[in-house]
Amino acid sequence: MTSEDTAAVRTVGLTRRFGDLCAVDHVDLGIPPGTIFGLLGSNGAGKSTTVKMLTTLLSPTEGTAEVAGFDVRRDAREVRRRIGYVPQLLSADSTLTGYENLLLSARLHGLSRAARARRIEESLSFMELAGFADTLVRSYSGGMIRRLEIARSLLHDPAVLFLDEPTVGLDPVARRAVWDRLVELRARAGLAVLLTTHDMEEAEVLCQTIAIMHRGRLVAMDAPAALRAALGPDATLEDVFVRHTGGTVESGGTYRDVARTRRTARRLG
Amino acid sequence: MSAFARQAWAVADAEMHKLARDPTELLTRSVQPVLWLLVFGQVFGRIHAIPTGTASYLDFLAPGILAQSVLFTGIFFGIAVIWERDLGVLATMLVSPAYRSALVLGKALSAGVRGLAQAVVVGLVAIAMGVDLTFLPLHLAGIALAVLLGSGIFATFSLVVACIVKTRERFMGIGQVLTMPLFFASNAIYPMEIMPGWLRVAARANPLSYLVDALRALMIRGGHSAFGVGLDLAVLALVLAALVALAARLYPTVVT
Repeated sequence: MTSEDTAAVRTVGLTRRFGDLCAVDHVDLGIPPGTIFGLLGSNGAGKSTTVKMLTTLLSPTEGTAEVAGFDVRRDAREVRRRIGYVPQLLSADSTLTGYENLLLSARLHGLSRAARARRIEESLSFMELAGFADTLVRSYSGGMIRRLEIARSLLHDPAVLFLDEPTVGLDPVARRAVWDRLVELRARAGLAVLLTTHDMEEAEVLCQTIAIMHRGRLVAMDAPAALRAALGPDATLEDVFVRHTGGTVESGGTYRDVARTRRTARRLG
Repeated sequence: MSAFARQAWAVADAEMHKLARDPTELLTRSVQPVLWLLVFGQVFGRIHAIPTGTASYLDFLAPGILAQSVLFTGIFFGIAVIWERDLGVLATMLVSPAYRSALVLGKALSAGVRGLAQAVVVGLVAIAMGVDLTFLPLHLAGIALAVLLGSGIFATFSLVVACIVKTRERFMGIGQVLTMPLFFASNAIYPMEIMPGWLRVAARANPLSYLVDALRALMIRGGHSAFGVGLDLAVLALVLAALVALAARLYPTVVT
């Protein structure tokens, strides 16, 4: 683990309430540069709210969060200069071409004309979309749109990349293509990736560290292998998830969430 | 160019690419002003019911109809923002380091471009109907400025409403409710002098009246402004600045 000081993302007691509901409850995280960190949890566990706070879209109610060395509340613009974000919803503009989508983002990030051309070309070819730059996004497949969005999020060379359920709804081939690109990204020195997912296989394939979130709290955090080993020799990540999110009678409604997560994983896999 | 201006221009430029790719919107939007001039203008011009001084009713009406079409084009602009929010386009823009006010101003600018296209259509129809237009370069520049400011105002106002109501269904209802009072409580189709006192007060507070007033002086040969073109443009610029500032504050709340 890298020391606390150089963490790409660090939160202390990060909390967000909506009225009486505590969506994120005193979360402490440290994500070192150069790692893919998976935030797992059922629907409503607080993953997206956490990502919204870290990307400055939502203010924390309590606690602190630093991203790339800047406080999300005090230095929101500095944080935004240093992050890439791919939301869960498909966010590329379908009425623009792939190139135009990237151009808009590059201009909003203040890239010079020369840097724009170079970075757009690099990002598109890294995401294997070089031949589709001038095609309207409307005619892209779901997997291509996701890869375009990741290309867009990399244009300004961010220190931290946030991916909110990056492969949800994709067919297995498209999902694998996105994974391949993310594994290559991991090799890039210094980039920290925080991805949220329902998908245990995705977490296992991509992440060095996994945190399981349940009802707004972090209930487990470690390397996938360590989490499995702690439960037993044959334990799967799914077992770990069920164990920590309490998919049992006494924890009530969460069983349904786990079942839904499993169905999602099965559908995607 | 400053970072702020570059960001606003980037947003407007992307919007103009979309518009250039699918200009049908411009055509469908020009139907309504054409009908107002052809049907309403000709009928009301014939009955001489509305006192317009020495100018013909059509001369009086043409600037009002241009302002009306600027209003109608701008007022439903917010629906696009709700659409972008539902898709996630907005979230990615808000996570960029761009100034939120630049994002809003970029949208306002692109509404202005649509407004200018309306100005060309209304101008052509007005010429065909024999309206006594003036084409002095300074006047044309003034018209363009007034239309840009007016379009920006109504588009940004629409964006503010969208940020508050957040859903398409509610927005459509409110959009309909807002359009008619803004239009009728203005000097677009009748002069302020014939209004009852309370309506005159409302019309004086309505930015549309200042747009119409400026256009009347700038478009029509020998046209007069009741408030002064300088004051009209200053009021429009101030209202736009205030609305952009308000929308920039509300914009981020749309995605939460």
